[in-house]
Amino acid sequence: MLTIHQVEKTYEGQPLLKKVSFTVQNDETVCLLGSSGSGKSTLLRIIAGLEDAEGGSVTWDGQDLTNIPVHEREFGLMFQDYALFPHRNVTENIAFGLRMQGLPKEVIKKKVNAALETIHMTTFAKRKVTELSGGEQQRVALARALAPEPRLLMLDEPLGALDRTLREQLSQELRRILRETQVPAIYVTHDQEEAFAIADRLLLLHDGVILQDGKPHEIYHHPHNVWVAKFFGLGNLVAGHVIDHNPLIVETPVGRFLADSTGQPEPLGETTLLFRPGKAQIVPEGETNRITGEVIDQIFQGDRYLVTLNINETQPNFQVLLQEPHPIGEMLTVSYQPKDLLCLEN
Amino acid sequence: MSLRADRLRSTFKKPTWRAALFWLLPALFLGVFFYQPLLAIFNLLISPEWGFAPSTLNWSQVWQPLRFTAFQATLSTLLTLLVGLPSAWLFARFTFPGKKTLKLLSTLPFILPTVVVAAGFNALLGPRGWLNLGLMALFNLDSPPVQFLNTFGAILTAHVFYNTTIIIRVVSNAWSRQNVRIQQAARVLGASPWRTFREVTLPLLRPAILSATLLVFLFNFTSFGVILMLGGPQFATLEVDIYIQAMHLLNLPLAAILSILQLICTLIITVGHNHLNRKTSQTISTRSRNMPVRRPKRGVETFIVVVLVITLFTLLVSPLAALALRSVVKLDANRGERGEIEQGFTLQYYTALWENPRNSLFYVPPIEAGRNSLVFALITIAIAISLGILVAYGQNQPSRLNAFLDPLLMLPLGASAITLGLGFIIVFNKPPFSTLTFPILLPIAHSLIALPFVVRTLGPALQSIPASLRNAARVLGARPFRVWWEVDLPLMAPSILVSMIFALTISLGEFGASSFLTRPQFPTLPIAIYRYISQPGALNYGQALAMSTLLMLVCAAGIFLIERLRLPDMEIF
Repeated sequence: MLTIHQVEKTYEGQPLLKKVSFTVQNDETVCLLGSSGSGKSTLLRIIAGLEDAEGGSVTWDGQDLTNIPVHEREFGLMFQDYALFPHRNVTENIAFGLRMQGLPKEVIKKKVNAALETIHMTTFAKRKVTELSGGEQQRVALARALAPEPRLLMLDEPLGALDRTLREQLSQELRRILRETQVPAIYVTHDQEEAFAIADRLLLLHDGVILQDGKPHEIYHHPHNVWVAKFFGLGNLVAGHVIDHNPLIVETPVGRFLADSTGQPEPLGETTLLFRPGKAQIVPEGETNRITGEVIDQIFQGDRYLVTLNINETQPNFQVLLQEPHPIGEMLTVSYQPKDLLCLEN
Repeated sequence: MSLRADRLRSTFKKPTWRAALFWLLPALFLGVFFYQPLLAIFNLLISPEWGFAPSTLNWSQVWQPLRFTAFQATLSTLLTLLVGLPSAWLFARFTFPGKKTLKLLSTLPFILPTVVVAAGFNALLGPRGWLNLGLMALFNLDSPPVQFLNTFGAILTAHVFYNTTIIIRVVSNAWSRQNVRIQQAARVLGASPWRTFREVTLPLLRPAILSATLLVFLFNFTSFGVILMLGGPQFATLEVDIYIQAMHLLNLPLAAILSILQLICTLIITVGHNHLNRKTSQTISTRSRNMPVRRPKRGVETFIVVVLVITLFTLLVSPLAALALRSVVKLDANRGERGEIEQGFTLQYYTALWENPRNSLFYVPPIEAGRNSLVFALITIAIAISLGILVAYGQNQPSRLNAFLDPLLMLPLGASAITLGLGFIIVFNKPPFSTLTFPILLPIAHSLIALPFVVRTLGPALQSIPASLRNAARVLGARPFRVWWEVDLPLMAPSILVSMIFALTISLGEFGASSFLTRPQFPTLPIAIYRYISQPGALNYGQALAMSTLLMLVCAAGIFLIERLRLPDMEIF
């Protein structure tokens, strides 16, 4: 089990990681999700030992790794640019870590062949790595990282350099390989779809702090704060303040709303309400939690329409997803059920 | 781990300390063997023991060689541009039969020793060369009709031969790397081909042309062997004058003044060149499409291309072919030989290299010079490569120390071999460190000359190794030395080999510093060639040509090997 405890790091005088703590269990794939510059790659490099933390500790099964040099950590790291050795062929690249372990030639050969089979590249054994396509290089890099059977595998934006279709295809394959090998893994990415596809657990890193830690669907359905909701593009965010707690009532510039209070930290004073476009309903007159605006744009999205409403000057682009089209210029009223309105921390 | 060891470890990790460690040996070497001699030259002027007083100096002795040096360098450079620029256009824009061969041939002059080139022109146009012997036989003349040796024209010709390569390389590279879409944009916007050339192509080429021109001017300005061997004593440039004043007239203070003057001039040119180069090294967008090459159109274009190709072939091949042929053909009498001689093919000049006749110039078989050169070259390789690797690693550390140390290394580039030789004989003149008792001084001087080339080859090679490769090896379990052994070394191997060839050919052909530091009992090949070629008798002349031919073959093999090993992003200049 990997334990990161209060790890700190500064970059050019600015704090990059602010007392980051989390653990990785023995058979789980943890996804470190964050925008570029959030410090996620640096965190990986600290775990690998390529950089020193300025505070806190990294331990494996209780053993402090601070003074263990990189080459003795027995971790695997797959680099963003793959870092394949250009002067060695596919087989030699995969065999590198095994050679460092001083294994006999026969064993190395067997393990390399097994690794080549796992990535479906047995016919590429003698190929130069410089002649491989991006996707092939990616698979060789994965095989090279996995071959020495590391106790932890780290992947730094492993699909970042590939185009969209290849990315979807390879993320499936990655998922399969990670399941098969059962190696604990930390997967760094800025792409939420990739993260949802791969992760058992998500860690959201922002500004050097882990904002939220949980299973992908938990985070998606119950984002803790405004940044998380924005990062996932969950919907319209409307600032307001709590005027009553039981039931939870929030006063905003676009009206007064009854909101969901279950499982949320007790909101105090200022808050932000999340209106998911897909939760908007067209209902008869008389309901509460209503919101009215002029239709200013609508985009056909196949099974539904993305309609933009101008509520007032504070919410000129309020988006809702509706089954039916609505002509531009129409005054439209939608409503939200209280359980669909989440209060977020600012 | 104790706290102290911990602190020591973290201190050592700091790039500055590591940079300092890498720089230590090279800096020491440069200090003792470059800056000390340089300071000694300055010191010569202020120390009273030489009794130098500016008032007693005849300043025309200083200005005249300077004026002539600048004059010949300017004229040579202009002539070189005249041949080089159209050739650059030829290489950048066209395909034609024999292009590959011509390109390979054009790399030759860059590495050929001056003595070899001088011997080549001597064998072609000298009094005992093909042209004169041919004309004499044809018209039954008693004396050679063409006076080429010891003329200003000889100097200019050899300089054009030498430096056309540089113009071709630098300019045609920049030309063919131009984004063709920029020109297409100009055409679409309504510019004629000529207008496009004038307003788009040429302005974009200007930095490359200027940079190449300055480099050629620098080489012409510091030319020594060519002028001494082809121009003769009446054409004293700064370099030749330093040599004559120091070695023949023993006027060290005047030699020192000339040296300093020369150093200042070359430094200005070098700094200007580096400044220009920094400006030209702009990154090219990945979407740019390089200039395509095509066959010349029928008519005028084909005619120009053919003329250019023939001119280049003649310029590049004729002196070298003349040299090689002349070294295996007997045409005139040996010294002391009388009556009819048997003319025709002979290997006599080569076999004679192993013999030791009583009238030999060095009292040893000439081939000994070859052996000496080889030994010196091997020592040069060892010194230059070791120091070069250290410097490359020092420069690769992200430390501000490099800002101070890099220029320290650049200075030897600006200083000429002659200045170095002069400094050496001033400093290292007492046993145990005199040229007599400490023969390693010569390879040390050669190493100083080779070092900038070695660093310029190894540095980019080292920098081009991505840090992630080393990190990958570390994560996969390689300890630090193993990382170096498995990643750095194999990836740098081609560049190290290229540097070794550079060091080898530079040492084998070096003439300037050697002419100061060589002792009669340890002649090097170029020194031996220089002495033999001016001796009377067909045998001496033939042996000089034979040695030159051997040297030429070694250097040609070297440059061809470099061309084969050339890494995609390697630039010599």
